[in-house]
Amino acid sequence: MTTNEYVKKIHDISRSMNEVRIMEVCGGHTHTIMKYGIRELLPQNIKLISGPGCPVCITSQRDIDQVIELSLNGIKIATYGDMMHVPGTKMSLRDAQGLGADVKTIYSTDQLLEERDRVFFAVGFETTTPMTAKLVDKGLTIFCSHKTIPPAMSLLTKEMNLHGFIDPGHVSTIIGSHVWSTLELNVPQVISGFRPEQLIKSIYTLLELIRAEKVEVVNEYPEVVFPEGNVLAQRLIQKTMTPADAEWRGIGTLPLSGLAPRNPSQDARIKYSSIIQHVVSEENKDCRCGEVVRGLVEPKQCSLFGKSCTLDSPKGACMVSPTEGACAIALRYGKSLSE
Amino acid sequence: MCLAIPGKIVSIDGKHAIVDFGGIRRKADISFIENPAVGEYLLVHVGFGIQKVDAEVARETYRLLAEVEKEELQRELSNDNQ
Repeated sequence: MTTNEYVKKIHDISRSMNEVRIMEVCGGHTHTIMKYGIRELLPQNIKLISGPGCPVCITSQRDIDQVIELSLNGIKIATYGDMMHVPGTKMSLRDAQGLGADVKTIYSTDQLLEERDRVFFAVGFETTTPMTAKLVDKGLTIFCSHKTIPPAMSLLTKEMNLHGFIDPGHVSTIIGSHVWSTLELNVPQVISGFRPEQLIKSIYTLLELIRAEKVEVVNEYPEVVFPEGNVLAQRLIQKTMTPADAEWRGIGTLPLSGLAPRNPSQDARIKYSSIIQHVVSEENKDCRCGEVVRGLVEPKQCSLFGKSCTLDSPKGACMVSPTEGACAIALRYGKSLSE
Repeated sequence: MCLAIPGKIVSIDGKHAIVDFGGIRRKADISFIENPAVGEYLLVHVGFGIQKVDAEVARETYRLLAEVEKEELQRELSNDNQ
């Protein structure tokens, strides 16, 4: 069946349905949806809501500030490029670098195996966690802001009155499709690929499940998602890290929604607690990133959006990543997130 | 940050492979891949293979990438941006 035929079937099935609220929880999906105008192709009663799928965005202000503080105290830091530009309370990591802090941006954690005295500021969901686990396995110290997405989905299902989820594709490659069935979300889920035609087919499958009131998980990305996931990656994560409470921007602390190194001496939060315990964090009161990641407001409802907060000069975390941040994507493609 | 792209293994040296992404070759860690072999395709995320992929799936992804999605590919492969 062609993509156009799927769009037609979505319109047909939607006529027998009331308002349907579907959340995607992967920044990569948000990017495809916005770039290809998928929301505009859907009937008015089918709402796509962007959830907390951007790791840069949901990293808490406190974590950003604490890593900046470490860097300003002579601790060598490494992190992925986007994290350099997230505004902390007083400055960004890039600003700290300008003040003399030693902060290295990396493409792959492989680049750090020879730099054992550098603390890796680790962010990302399950897809990116195995790469950090490898560093921990080699004895490096990390400041761990990794998050696991299922606990946030459980919270949002209730809060946002959602009817279904588009589950993240590459997260599922790591954790396996079977995990989603164990969540007891009470709404159907479809695991989707990232190309526009894959997402449209996934949306149709999800609508069929919602209409039939089937609380099931369907894997529409079987080419790279298997029931058991990547077992080698899972084993290394379990060997090196343990679930821990984690603070999410806009959501707060969710029990066991993060990870920490099993060995406390490799956990920068413990190792350097005397440096970071006095850090006071305050979010920019005008920035609505915290509400954007929960799907509560649209980027354009923020007074800073596109005015003082732009891709070149982000004032909040949601404007930093051009491929995952909801505000950056909305500004790039000039469309609203839910209309 | 969850972007992953397919590439073809052109050589293997221990826990690393050289992977060809439509003409651009990069080193990738293959320690999370069971029995990798030269000629197979891998889904690569931040320098690590995370899953083997079917050659046909990889080619189809590439055909579409070549048309519309080069910016993400370049971003993923670029050291400067990361």
